[in-house]
Amino acid sequence: MEENVVLTARGISMSFPGVKALDDVDLTLRKGEIHALMGENGAGKSTLIKCLTGINDFESGEIHIEGIDGPVKNHSTRDAQNVGISTVYQEVNLCPNLSVAENLFIGREPLTKIHTIDRKSYNKRSQKIMDELGISVDVTQNLENYSLAIQQMVAIARAVDMDCKVLILDEPTSSLDDEEVEKLFTLMRGLREKGVSILFVTHFLEQVYAVCDRITVLRNGTFVGEYPIAELPRVKLVAAMMGKDLDDLAEIKKEQKDFSKEPLEINAKGLSHAGTVKPFDLEIHKGEVVGIGGLLGSGRSELARCIYGADKAQTGTLEVAGEQVKVNQPIDAMNKGMGMLPDDRKAEGIIADLSVRENIILALQAKRGMFRQLSRAQQEEIADRYIDLVQIKTASKETLIKQLSGGNQQKVILARWLATDPDFLILDEPTRGIDIGTKSEIQKLIVKLAGEGKSVLFISSEIEEMLRTCNRMVIMRDGQKVGELDHELSQESVMKAIAGGES
Amino acid sequence: MKKTWTKIKQWPLFLPVLSLIIVMAVNIIHDAATGANPLSFFLISLRDTTTSGTILYGRIIDIINRGSEVAILAIGMTLVVSASAGTDISVGSVMSLCASFMCMMLAGYGVSSTTTLAVPLVVGLLCAVVMGLVCGAFNGTLVAHLHIQPMVATLILYSAARAIGLLLCNDLIVYVRNPSFAFIGAFAGPIPTPIIITAICIIVVSLVLKKTALGMYIQSVGINARASRIAGLNSKLLIFLAYLLCGLFSAIAGIVASSRITSADSNNIGLYLEMDAILSVALGGNSLGGGKFNLAGSIIGAYTIQAITTTLYALGVSSIQAPVFKAIIVIIIVVIEAPPFKAFVGRLSASRAAAKGVRA
Repeated sequence: MEENVVLTARGISMSFPGVKALDDVDLTLRKGEIHALMGENGAGKSTLIKCLTGINDFESGEIHIEGIDGPVKNHSTRDAQNVGISTVYQEVNLCPNLSVAENLFIGREPLTKIHTIDRKSYNKRSQKIMDELGISVDVTQNLENYSLAIQQMVAIARAVDMDCKVLILDEPTSSLDDEEVEKLFTLMRGLREKGVSILFVTHFLEQVYAVCDRITVLRNGTFVGEYPIAELPRVKLVAAMMGKDLDDLAEIKKEQKDFSKEPLEINAKGLSHAGTVKPFDLEIHKGEVVGIGGLLGSGRSELARCIYGADKAQTGTLEVAGEQVKVNQPIDAMNKGMGMLPDDRKAEGIIADLSVRENIILALQAKRGMFRQLSRAQQEEIADRYIDLVQIKTASKETLIKQLSGGNQQKVILARWLATDPDFLILDEPTRGIDIGTKSEIQKLIVKLAGEGKSVLFISSEIEEMLRTCNRMVIMRDGQKVGELDHELSQESVMKAIAGGES
Repeated sequence: MKKTWTKIKQWPLFLPVLSLIIVMAVNIIHDAATGANPLSFFLISLRDTTTSGTILYGRIIDIINRGSEVAILAIGMTLVVSASAGTDISVGSVMSLCASFMCMMLAGYGVSSTTTLAVPLVVGLLCAVVMGLVCGAFNGTLVAHLHIQPMVATLILYSAARAIGLLLCNDLIVYVRNPSFAFIGAFAGPIPTPIIITAICIIVVSLVLKKTALGMYIQSVGINARASRIAGLNSKLLIFLAYLLCGLFSAIAGIVASSRITSADSNNIGLYLEMDAILSVALGGNSLGGGKFNLAGSIIGAYTIQAITTTLYALGVSSIQAPVFKAIIVIIIVVIEAPPFKAFVGRLSASRAAAKGVRA
């Protein structure tokens, strides 16, 4: 084994029914480095991690770890921990109703002479661990009293304390704000000094350049290359991930025209839902793309849900295409030509155990009603058409949707709504957690839909994305609609409006 | 050869069918060992009886006949498990309540034994069905609209229904010794009527599942109720509907059970059958966590349970000790179907294949 190398994986291959998920992939981790694992959705990042941590059984290839003779094959996360590989996932896998100290030592509590749990010593040890890592918490407090970022750091502290040589961080930053991300990075740099090797998986390019030393790039389950960070500028990284140069985004051209002459598609007056959105008015014209800007929790999703009937509006009136309607639940809205892609794909989007075909036709079938079942042939025709149209990467239309990567799942949900041929489509964070290639495809699709005369309500945390596609922006703050911007849309003007400066 | 084998193993009904075959194999071995015709288990003959005329006779007919109630209950239970990730433990008691209500109507209130019907048979049957639907609606409302845990919600009728039945029957066991009523639990020509009733139930439900989108709706709601609602399904209504249908099938099972003994024995009709119905669903390879379901599996599961019971009696196990052996057999079958066990077997055969490769 080379000098300083902690872990090498060579020629790892693994397949799922019908798809080769990993094909001859290499990975080398050196002592005390932060190593980024990059690739689009479905490139095989998660699969590779699961091979390292024993969740997946890979078919061929070898993993070597410093200090252990012969190849290592883990069969469970416990095996992995025993050889020094620990993982912290996007969702914190700790117990919120236990104290920080209990979480740190769960399953390996220090014992007294008579084999009871030695609370005093483990509180003391926990405090020491947290202080060393520079995390200021009271370890006797319940975990749920702390922010997600702190919880994540506790998870990391737990992993580090279990003598890990390799720490895998799988999308740890996706639910953290900028300040919290910075704290996490400080912690990661501290660990690097201590000689821990960190494998960092993220979708945020800027974060890679902020902390990482090296990058390994995967594409479609194959190994593209390993690069020192200095040799791979951003543009080249994107090109390596996608296998082509990225000037796609520049091609997106929204329609520039005055929509106020167009007929109204949606006319909401005084809609509200107690506790989430205060009464608001909103007009959306035919063929118009309206964006909602605001911080997470400002009520932007809730506004959309109120129109769609996902949360029933308690006050106000809603007109769709000039006709007053009563929307008590989503099916009512659907019958008026609406569709909504919700922000929480896992909880409200996919039906995990159903096939891609069934997921695509679900909304259309719901609209037709139980007794007018689409024939199998019709279902297959629709599924094929939309798999082709939005380019869903799946082994077959009978593959379960849960076996698809996140980006492709999102495309299936999009296909589900396109199949209902909606006049008004709500897209709530359609591009969250999705690779750049798919992002630009979705943005193009939005512009295309608008061109066909459909109206779109688009919600995103990425202002750039909305600037590129939206004709008008609604600004939300604290559950209230505070303004609209219809000209001079720029990053600065939108940020100002969201922050609530002078606008 | 190997390919066909893998294909067979991936067939969703593979394990339910395999367990049924194993139970049959035990019969064959036992028969062979005791010197009887090894295939006597499968023999079907026509026999003349004084009470029912010429009828089909054989162990397999007996199993399919006796398994009718559980098979009918398993249909409803499958839907409930799929839609709500919970079980309806009231089905046995509801069976009994429906039977009591029907017999009370047929005999008249307070009458303990009758040979003539107080109301037309159809009215009595309808009363049982309505009672089943009311019970199903009650359970469905608690689960779908009030979000009460299915086990707790159905516990109410589990404990109350038999007592209500006794109230309706004035604490009597009501005997309705009328040939037109007894027909339901006896023979239609040479074939036992319960078999025909079960077949009709299965065919109707299969047709509904095939010709409407109900099956996909229920599975979708069972897998992810929130996402289903956003996609335009009425999740609450669908869960309610599953319980309503479960109540309906409990009523049908109750009618059959009651007609067999031409009486409404509140304390004994459908006793412990809720457990057999749940077990049928599990033996059929369905996850009790809800979502995807396989109706055929549940029904095979129901007959497997009955086959086990009949086999034990054939082996000379007394009815008091039978549950012990039944438990052992069920444990074996359930373990074989458990995913970790399957993975273990998979690893075992993989390593054996690898060892072979080295030797070669």
